[in-house]
Amino acid sequence: MTSSTLPASNLASPAPPAAADSQDFTPRYWLFSLPAVLIIASVIVFPWLFTLYMSTQDWKIGGGQEFIGLQNFVELARDPRFIESMGHTFYYTVLAVVLPILFGTAAALVFHREFPFRGLLRTIFVMPMMATPVAVALVWTMMFHPQLGVLNYLLSLVGIGPQAWVYSPNTVIPTLILVEVWHWTPLVMLIVLGGLAGLPKEPYESALIDGANAWHMFRHITLPLVWPFIMVAIVIRTIDALKAFDTIFVITQGGPGTASETLNIFLYLQAFQFYKIGYASAVVVIFFVIIIMLSLLLLYARQKSKWNA
Amino acid sequence: MKRLLSKFGFYASVFVLVSPAVLVFLWMISLSLKNELDNTAFPPVFIPSPPTFANYLDVFEKNNFALYLWNSILVTGGAVLVGLAVGVPAGYGIARGKAHKFAILILVARMTPALSYLIPLFLLFQITGLVGTVTALVITHLVITIPIIVWIMIGYFENVPMELEDAARIDGASTWQAFRHVALPLARPGIVVGGILAFIFSWNNFIFSVVLGGKASRTLPSAVYNSLTFEQISWGPLAAAALLVTLPVLLLTVLAQREIVAGLSAGGLKDG
Repeated sequence: MTSSTLPASNLASPAPPAAADSQDFTPRYWLFSLPAVLIIASVIVFPWLFTLYMSTQDWKIGGGQEFIGLQNFVELARDPRFIESMGHTFYYTVLAVVLPILFGTAAALVFHREFPFRGLLRTIFVMPMMATPVAVALVWTMMFHPQLGVLNYLLSLVGIGPQAWVYSPNTVIPTLILVEVWHWTPLVMLIVLGGLAGLPKEPYESALIDGANAWHMFRHITLPLVWPFIMVAIVIRTIDALKAFDTIFVITQGGPGTASETLNIFLYLQAFQFYKIGYASAVVVIFFVIIIMLSLLLLYARQKSKWNA
Repeated sequence: MKRLLSKFGFYASVFVLVSPAVLVFLWMISLSLKNELDNTAFPPVFIPSPPTFANYLDVFEKNNFALYLWNSILVTGGAVLVGLAVGVPAGYGIARGKAHKFAILILVARMTPALSYLIPLFLLFQITGLVGTVTALVITHLVITIPIIVWIMIGYFENVPMELEDAARIDGASTWQAFRHVALPLARPGIVVGGILAFIFSWNNFIFSVVLGGKASRTLPSAVYNSLTFEQISWGPLAAAALLVTLPVLLLTVLAQREIVAGLSAGGLKDG
């Protein structure tokens, strides 16, 4: 697979290709998927359906359950804490998409060039994305410590006063974004790097002859050609940012107060702290609708990022 | 001169890009090798002198680390093995049977937040008495491993030319034999990639163990998190534990960098 670095190369295209001989093969290949189908049906599809059912119930663990139709959703719409968490999620998601996309694209342009120790440096650059989020979040927590943390010390070296980091409602989300950017910029870099690897050489050669400078070439050749890959990265980042959980939970648990309570943290607290599983399921359903729409968008973006080579 | 300047600018940008990662990991190592006095000193002590391994000993002696390590190995190992056994043939079946709707289902499953599976599975395990067992965690981790393995295998099998299997079948091979002896060996790189990514995502998973793990069955990430909340916080042992938790994954990243990059750009994405 020479094209395996291209994100799109690997997708089962949703539109069936018009291969005439493919139809009669279908039944005999079905058996291969059967064990997976059974497991997926029980640990993935069943939970989805059961969540749908639970969302129509007034159901507390330890209490009784009762069918209440769409009442959970009505209540959610009136719940100021839920609305607030939607706001946080939106704020968080916008920053957690835009910043990694900008930095990741810049990083891809850098790592696309040849330079000494490129492989090694790229491995180091990619490491944050592989590291266990909880482990890293613990270290960040220590670094954010207002009195003893290393970050405030480093800031003091360049003459910036101590910051409250995650201890103030005003700075908690930007601080969490810092961690998120650190974690996931490498993913964007890899996706865009895959796009850069497939760029044709000819447009650059003729642009050079025409006397274009580096910025012009980036703006008018590289960017339009790589754009589909950036689109894929944007959709993936959006989905990931929406469901960010581990680092937020470890570092702040949604605090101080509810200042960093995103949709996912709200959902966790409703389900496993207050045991309101009917109510929490309604949140899952809303989440699920958003994720499905974004997944379809992702399929579309990938389709577009397919190189015709 | 201008060339020199632009070269300098380029290396400066490489430095800026790589330093956040270096800084955090080095600080993690530094914290784990210092005694508590140095860890809470201000201004901070950067280079441990002399370095102490007391924190690492502490982790193993006081915190049941070995048990949680074993749990993590069981859960991740079990989920990856079952995931491969089931997911590789499924990827083949979907690729050859052109089951595109099923492929989309797999994609949505990959994208859905892990948290959303937890309420029904939690109830299910409560009814069956499996809450707090390693088995429950292995089953739940299949939610992570199967979709990613299937998704990656679809891509690899689609790139294995159909003609080879057709030829084998003309020679009298059954569909199963064509899969087993022709397609499977050709898709081996995909199996490696899928296995590695499934391992990493399963190993790193936190939330399943937080909700479903008991005191004796939880995996490393949630065990380390719990030591943060329930025992007094001392930074040295915590950093040492954090480093040990993420070390296998980081080593794997270094050793299998090429496979991981190929897999991620091929649609491995991330989990959460």
